Amino acid sequence: MLKEFADYITYTLLKLESTGHLGEALNFFIYDTLKIFLLLTTIVFGVAIIRAYFPPEKTKRILSHKREYLGNIMAALLGIVTPFCSCSAVPLFIGFVEAGVPLGVTFSFLISSPMVNEIALIMLWGLFGWKIALIYTGTGVVLAIVSGIIIGRLKMEKYVQDYVWEIKAGTGEIVETTFRDKLVYARDYTAELLKRIWPYVIIGIALGGIVHGYIPTDFVVKYAGRDNPFAVLVAVLIGIPLYSNAAGMIPVVQALVGKGMAMGTVLAFMMSVTAISFPEAVILKNVLKMRLIYTFFGIVAVGVIIVGYLFNAIL
Amino acid sequence: MEIKVLGPGCANCHKMEELATQAVKELGINANIEKITDIARIAMHGILSTPGLIINGKIKHSGKPLPSLEKVKEMIKAEAV
Repeated sequence: MLKEFADYITYTLLKLESTGHLGEALNFFIYDTLKIFLLLTTIVFGVAIIRAYFPPEKTKRILSHKREYLGNIMAALLGIVTPFCSCSAVPLFIGFVEAGVPLGVTFSFLISSPMVNEIALIMLWGLFGWKIALIYTGTGVVLAIVSGIIIGRLKMEKYVQDYVWEIKAGTGEIVETTFRDKLVYARDYTAELLKRIWPYVIIGIALGGIVHGYIPTDFVVKYAGRDNPFAVLVAVLIGIPLYSNAAGMIPVVQALVGKGMAMGTVLAFMMSVTAISFPEAVILKNVLKMRLIYTFFGIVAVGVIIVGYLFNAIL
Repeated sequence: MEIKVLGPGCANCHKMEELATQAVKELGINANIEKITDIARIAMHGILSTPGLIINGKIKHSGKPLPSLEKVKEMIKAEAV
């Protein structure tokens, strides 16, 4: 139905040639914009209701004094449903550590929560299909579990800023909410999120349209295709400074895939965009010493690169 | 009444403070609004996601999205009795 609507606008109403660059690019743009915003609105609302049941306070209580393995697994899974914003990373980190959540388990949460988020999932699902979205989720969770276990094993507690260990936090009682409150929360959450990301999505889809209509396939295949062994590495490096624009990245990447970019490279790139970011490093400096920040980013970056090569080999 | 607004200074934290000030004004209640921006002190109050709102020592709200003005008034009224 969306396809027919996009066809109607471009080819019937505007009378553009369906074989021309402009017609193709515009058709692509209208169709994708409608699809993405439809998906975003409905699914973010649904996810927000689930999120309302998992405030960070509850997650903290569940993870408190959990052991290695089980703790890491639960932290990575709870990371999917617990709302997270890098602006709150510091109080969250202190709260977790203070409540007796082991350092490695805390990191499993800190890695999974921003990486496996609903925006990335919806965009991947809408533009690449549910299989890729599921692979992204599964790999992201495994990466968070393994990285957390490694950081836990490295016994890096001494690289947490000293004052963190001295803080005695309040109990942080959970604010009781009714189902009605949760619906209001979901509505406000959806509205706020759309308001924040819509320009990136539009720009991303427009750029994707341009790539789709104008960039030659040989060019993409040569630089981002399966046969370029450095593609994954470069994609991960480019992804590190790109942060809040995750929503805008996926449409561009989708167009590149249409032109021959390899799927493993795409997954590695997306994970790098969402899981590793400079602003987060700056924020985390409040609670972590540089050595731990480097270790954290290093482990995740290596993991993401492995994911990229792995899926380039099997997909 | 003791009202605390907790946040490191993000846009939403300022809005939270405005909401609390506005609510207190409209209710005509005598309240002391304190703003806490130090990250360690925020954590010490048990707030995991900012902005946080604490009334008479009880956490009433934390994180985004912000509550409505009506909701904040209700929270204050509940503690005023």
